[in-house]
Amino acid sequence: MNFQFSSESIELISKIIKRYPEGRQKSALIPVLHIAQAENHGWLTTEIMNQVAEMLQIQPIEVYEVATFYSMFSLKPVGKCIIEICMTGPCCLSGAEELLAYLESKLGIKAGETTPDGMITLKKVECLAACGGAPVIKNGFNYYENMNFKKADLLLEKCTHESFTSHSNPYHQSL
Amino acid sequence: MKILLQNIDVPGIQNFEVYRRLGGYSAVEKALKTMVHSEVVKEVKDSGLRGRGGAGFPTGMKWFFIDHTTDKPKYMICNADEGEPGTFKDRYLMQHNPHLLVEGMILSSFAIESSTAYIYIRGELFSILHILEKAIGEAYANGFLGKNILGSGYSLDIYCHPGAGAYICGEETALIESLEGNRGNPRMKPPFPAVAGLYGCPTVVNNVETICNIPWIVNNSGAEFAKLGTDKSPGTKLISACGHIRYPGVYEIELGMPVNEFLYSNEYCGGIRDNHQLKAVIAGGSSVPVLPADLILRTPKGEPRLLSYESLSEGGFDSGTMLGSGGFIVMDETTCMVRQLLSYARFYYDESCGQCSPCREGTGWMEKILHRLENGRGRMKDIDLLASVAKNIEGNTICPLGDAAAWPVRSFIHHFRDEFEWHVNEPLACLNMHQVTV
Ligand SMILES: Cc1cc2nc3c(=O)[nH]c(=O)nc-3n(C[C@H](O)[C@H](O)[C@H](O)COP(=O)(O)O)c2cc1C
Ligand code: SF4
Ligand code: FES
Repeated sequence: MNFQFSSESIELISKIIKRYPEGRQKSALIPVLHIAQAENHGWLTTEIMNQVAEMLQIQPIEVYEVATFYSMFSLKPVGKCIIEICMTGPCCLSGAEELLAYLESKLGIKAGETTPDGMITLKKVECLAACGGAPVIKNGFNYYENMNFKKADLLLEKCTHESFTSHSNPYHQSL
Repeated sequence: MKILLQNIDVPGIQNFEVYRRLGGYSAVEKALKTMVHSEVVKEVKDSGLRGRGGAGFPTGMKWFFIDHTTDKPKYMICNADEGEPGTFKDRYLMQHNPHLLVEGMILSSFAIESSTAYIYIRGELFSILHILEKAIGEAYANGFLGKNILGSGYSLDIYCHPGAGAYICGEETALIESLEGNRGNPRMKPPFPAVAGLYGCPTVVNNVETICNIPWIVNNSGAEFAKLGTDKSPGTKLISACGHIRYPGVYEIELGMPVNEFLYSNEYCGGIRDNHQLKAVIAGGSSVPVLPADLILRTPKGEPRLLSYESLSEGGFDSGTMLGSGGFIVMDETTCMVRQLLSYARFYYDESCGQCSPCREGTGWMEKILHRLENGRGRMKDIDLLASVAKNIEGNTICPLGDAAAWPVRSFIHHFRDEFEWHVNEPLACLNMHQVTV
């Protein structure tokens, strides 16, 4: 399987690199990994990370270090949609635990797993800076606030649609 | 009196024309046409503005420390990593009034003679990054960014830079590491960023809300700003209120407002939900000590507790807390304090960068003990063990995350010890209580 950045992304990346001083192209690493991950259905392979290293003229190990540090990067395959549920204190005060239990039973998987059909990954995350709308779910770059079982059902339904995915280039649109 | 949320509800305020029509960018005109950079620094110093990211360090002083003896470029960085649990004010400001931040960034960059500035925004907020990029684009198109702004000879570029999910990158030196394309490991200080920050150059890192105060200060003078609030806490503050209240949301208050008014007035929190009773409040984001109802409403001396740096800290560690980032988390009598604390312990354990062993090991240990207690498998001596692990982290780490992880643990045990003991004495009742049903 050979990964190739789209020509659009290559152009975008060269623009992003210019935001940093000469010789500091490593600064573009996180933005580039976001783009790469979106183009590869939400996860990063070693091959991709090596390509990114070459693009930015840094060592592959420098890319691995960063890819493993940040929770938004995944080094294993994920579902077409990722349901990220906030489990930090304020969300727990407003029913996040019940919501998680509901999603787990409805999907038949535990947090951290993907449904067997590859449609949905359920992921626990920490405070999303939206505690006033607790409990909060993030899907793609959308926030769903004041969630309840009914709204969760609607979101799950949306996730089953062919074209609905959590992995679109974050620079293209804010969905 | 509103400085930050004055125009937040005006339809179309996200667009340049509307923002400009309401007086937007007039502070940039004033500064670039009639002031030199040190005069802007002086106004901010006179204002007494303290950093709104959590530490409360005087902003003018921070700018004054910038090393001007080198020819190296200077960098202005906006900290939009907002990740402190309970805090959601910066996201709200950026989403609804992005030009206020852009205008503040131009003034701040001008003040420290920086010609390149970055807004480091947490990776989860790409939708807000787009809003900011649009606003920045409009500022370029209208001559407020780019080369030779308003013919003043001053040039500035502003770029947005996303993070990728790491609370620690809100700490300013970790943020700088992350912006350089590295893991978010905090650096030892000194050197401070004002001397050697981004790419080894003099750098200022300021919070979104801090920067959004600057246009008002430039327009109205530092002296006018200093008249607002209290002596030690000038100005207004955004408080993001959440938890068991009727009206969660972001509110701008003049510093010094009584907690009682904020909590019970319908203009703000509107009281506790469904006629429940107030049990406890974490007043400044999850990293500050929790206070039980009586101590959040009144100081140990029996005076009304106020929302200000000095009033909230009255009573020290035993019976006071901190204003922090203004994340106001309210808990009613139905809250299990052990379970609530466990969620914060897990948070700090997950978010520790792992560089210092007291923080890496200690946060893991605390999480494990709390898990045991919460599941009815705890022993009485676990409670003291927990407190002593917390105490051993404090002051022994590179960055303040260690303290931030320790304080909730120490304060929850200090004020709610009986609940921890109940978990040990009544393991079955406690398991029943924690049954999560769908
Ligand atoms: C673990 C940790 C997380 C932090 N997170 C944030 C944050 O999300 N936003 C922020 O502005 N400051 C945060 N800070 C504070 C910054 O280190 C820094 O003090 C602040 O950005 C300075 O800006 P100010 O002076 O305008 O407040 C954090 C500090 C620590 C130790
Ligand atoms: S205190 Fe914790 S988060 Fe801070 S540098 Fe040390 S290990 Fe990292
Ligand atoms: S705790 Fe869930 S968004 Fe803050």
